[in-house]
Amino acid sequence: MNIQEMILTLQKHWSDQNCILMQAYDVEKGAGTMSPMTLLRSLGPEPWNVAYVEPSRRPADGRYGQNPNRLYQHHQFQVIMKPSPDNIQDLYLDSLKKLGIDPLQHDIRFVEDNWENPTLGAAGLGWEVWLDGMEITQFTYFQQIGGLEAKPVAVEITYGMERLASYIQDKENVFELEWTDGVTVGDIFYQPEWEHSKYTFEESNTTMLFDLFTTYEQEAKQTMEKGLVFPAYDYVLKCSHTFNLLDAKGVISVTERTAYIGRVRNLARAIAKLYVEERERLGFPMLKEEGKQNENN
Amino acid sequence: MKTTNILFEIGLEEMPARFLDDTEKQLHVKTIEWLDSVRLPYQKVETFVTPRRLAVVIEGLATKQEDMEEEARGPAKKIALDQEGNWSKAAIGFSKGQGKAADDIYFKTIKDTEYAFVKKYTEGKTADQLLSGFKDVILSLTFPKNMRWSNGSLRFIRPIRWLVALNDQTIIPFEIAGVKTSNQTYGHRFLGGKVVVDNPLNYEELLNSQYVIADAKKRKALIKEQIKELEKTNGWIIPEDQELLEEVSQLVEYPTAFFGSFSQEFLTIPKEALITSMKEHQRYFPVLNNEGELLQYFVAVRNGNDQHLNTVAKGNEKVLKARLSDAMFFYQEDQKQSIEQNLKKLERMVFQESLGTISDKVNRVVKLTSKLADLIGADNSTKENAVRAAQISKFDLVTNMVNEFTKLQGVMGEKYASLFGENEHVAKAINEHYMPRHANDALPQTTEGAIVSVADKLDTIIGCISVGIIPTGSQDPYALRRQAMGVLQILQDKNWSITIEELLNVTQDIHQPLEIATNTKEEVNQSVSAFFYARAAYILKEEGIEQDIIEAVLANGIANLTFTIEKAQLLAEKRQQDSFKPVQEAFVRVINLAKKGKDTGVNIDLFENKQEQELYERYEEIKKMFMKQIQLFEANEAMMSLEELTDSIHAFFDHTMVMTDNEAVKKNRISLLNQIESLMLEFADLSKIEWKQQFSS
Repeated sequence: MNIQEMILTLQKHWSDQNCILMQAYDVEKGAGTMSPMTLLRSLGPEPWNVAYVEPSRRPADGRYGQNPNRLYQHHQFQVIMKPSPDNIQDLYLDSLKKLGIDPLQHDIRFVEDNWENPTLGAAGLGWEVWLDGMEITQFTYFQQIGGLEAKPVAVEITYGMERLASYIQDKENVFELEWTDGVTVGDIFYQPEWEHSKYTFEESNTTMLFDLFTTYEQEAKQTMEKGLVFPAYDYVLKCSHTFNLLDAKGVISVTERTAYIGRVRNLARAIAKLYVEERERLGFPMLKEEGKQNENN
Repeated sequence: MKTTNILFEIGLEEMPARFLDDTEKQLHVKTIEWLDSVRLPYQKVETFVTPRRLAVVIEGLATKQEDMEEEARGPAKKIALDQEGNWSKAAIGFSKGQGKAADDIYFKTIKDTEYAFVKKYTEGKTADQLLSGFKDVILSLTFPKNMRWSNGSLRFIRPIRWLVALNDQTIIPFEIAGVKTSNQTYGHRFLGGKVVVDNPLNYEELLNSQYVIADAKKRKALIKEQIKELEKTNGWIIPEDQELLEEVSQLVEYPTAFFGSFSQEFLTIPKEALITSMKEHQRYFPVLNNEGELLQYFVAVRNGNDQHLNTVAKGNEKVLKARLSDAMFFYQEDQKQSIEQNLKKLERMVFQESLGTISDKVNRVVKLTSKLADLIGADNSTKENAVRAAQISKFDLVTNMVNEFTKLQGVMGEKYASLFGENEHVAKAINEHYMPRHANDALPQTTEGAIVSVADKLDTIIGCISVGIIPTGSQDPYALRRQAMGVLQILQDKNWSITIEELLNVTQDIHQPLEIATNTKEEVNQSVSAFFYARAAYILKEEGIEQDIIEAVLANGIANLTFTIEKAQLLAEKRQQDSFKPVQEAFVRVINLAKKGKDTGVNIDLFENKQEQELYERYEEIKKMFMKQIQLFEANEAMMSLEELTDSIHAFFDHTMVMTDNEAVKKNRISLLNQIESLMLEFADLSKIEWKQQFSS
């Protein structure tokens, strides 16, 4: 099964579970979790079920396309269900079956792995899912986001698409994976991998990046003061990505590093709080819809 | 007595393996406490745990509490009866309150007063009425990490998915977090199904048929057996690793051990790194041959049966290959960086905000190492090696390998240092300077390793305390307690005659000019001494030494603990004997008057009587010998020397007025007593010792 078929299969599967199918969010980010479709929407009492593919940038993992496992940018298939359904593990295992992984022929296990993202003031409990010893999915019950308690609890399922594909297609080099018939990951991504690595480690304008970080930070703050949650959050994402570029280049010392993470975290916390306030001011619209549905039943 | 059998099972999403053992013990204890509290006798309580379930089977439980007859005490007789001898309001109220009539009251004398009593009979409740209370036992379980899920507010180890509660065949009704009890359990996630438990006593067997081995001990034994089988078939040695075995057995419900292999080229990676990669990341058991050499195989445990084992093994091999390729890459990359290049990078690595970078720390440790080597009288080559080891002690912290596996710090340092041509002593000391890494860990073998280890630990302890990081309760982020224990253990092991005070002073000499401290030198001295005192006292206590003797032998500071323990044991023996009494009395007299002044020097021309003269002569005579005995750690001999002063001291006090009007003579006498006191303190503060002689006779 090629990656494209895998995506289609997962989309169909989670669509059938009443997930909204979203497209990737258009600001650079390190993980699907950072999309506002997860990070913000997981907050507050409104129900939220969503699935999307997220191209995720990890500048420090760039290897000029030379490493068979590490990428500047990889793909996550992200599922969020709030409140977490009682049969969520079964729903997940069903999705694996649809990808052609028969649990009876493999060793599938849920191994404790608690997730924490200090930059986002977020933490959750859950597992990494092992398929014959390989970590293929991160499975997390959010407990806290942006410093706020997650209530009700959203469950997040993040499939590492390249990992999973390398197992399904039995390939050792990520660039040999088939994206669709006759087209490999290498065909599409080798050049950007090399160029992004070259840019990140050698060519990026450090002074400009430091300036951008401060500019984005200020803009996020100003925008927040006007009560504009989503635009403000876009600038937080930009801060985060800029920090990642600087960090990958090794121009941030250990002490400075903590300070930068602290600055992004403060923004994320403030926005999380603002988001819930704004939703409340709007009367938690999606909660009402749910209520109406229940009345009709 | 009629009995019944009970089953409670909590079905959960996979719990963390590391918490299962404690959780099962907790369930066992709390079940028994609960049964006692509801007064239901039982024959046997058996608990079970797997990643997906916690269960308890209660065998032979009484179906009913014993009926109970109790006496209830009411008011005193004079209040219970009015003047005419009729029941008072108080008496009527009391009996009514107990569900009885006033005429049921009888009197009994307690401590010379007569009180009103009634006999109260309570019929025992049935188990049926009480068993739903087990819900509280479930809710009382505590876990190191809790979570919420869905809309609920309950915090538990993982989401609860089903509950079984059976009294024989009857469902015991209760509900937790929206889950109702039933008689249906679930087998293995993939191999088993949903089944009805027909009898609590069949629980284990029923689960077995559903590919779940509910008893954690049986799973462990089974894995051990399977590993043995693999050893036998292939002629391998698979070293027993209790910790890993424990974890692996708590990760599966139905274990099947299997093996896989990896390419021989990876065997060029240092075996510690290979083993760590296999164990930490993948929970694999490494495989050795009869000569103890690592082989290109691993053993893993699957959660399932022996079907399709090839697919599973192949998948695991693929993962391990990626892991080992990483390790290989790290190992090769690390060798491209010289030690000096790595040391340069330490200048950017923060040790602690106020204490500077790792590089700053290394500079301090180097100086300290050099001074320590002098203090213990190390020869030139030892000192040179130790100083070199200190200089490069932390270079491996910036290697890829240590970055990936923190546990390998020092281990990789030794490997790389050897590869880079450092001599064997230096290389070994790099690894040993982290020892002891945990309680019960080995101590440094080489003198170089021991010196650098003590220097590194002292710098951390005294540095941290200087900037106000003092461990409290469970907060000890720099593991200062363990490091202080390490220092004491090494001093003891190497038999160095060096006191903590001396070590503190040399460290302070290095720290002081750097102005890192936020506390004054005196504050630091006090805190560090108190800190080491507590550790030393702990070690002595573990040796079975009593508090008063601990105080006596630690009064003059902390030094070689082997000698301290010998002194303490000697004193513990001495104080049982009559002959110790005059000795102690003599020195207590000395201490009491020595307090009146300071040692300003003794002038023999100022002596006024024979006893005074004689005490001084005895003191001078004994002092030299005594100090030598102390240096040679001869506890018995040193004590005997002190005892020789006893008669002279008593004679002195019987014939001499210390606090005389002649100021010069007085000062002279106080000086002499101070000198004698100092001598005694070299051994112990004898005044701290409680007199036990009368208790033993």
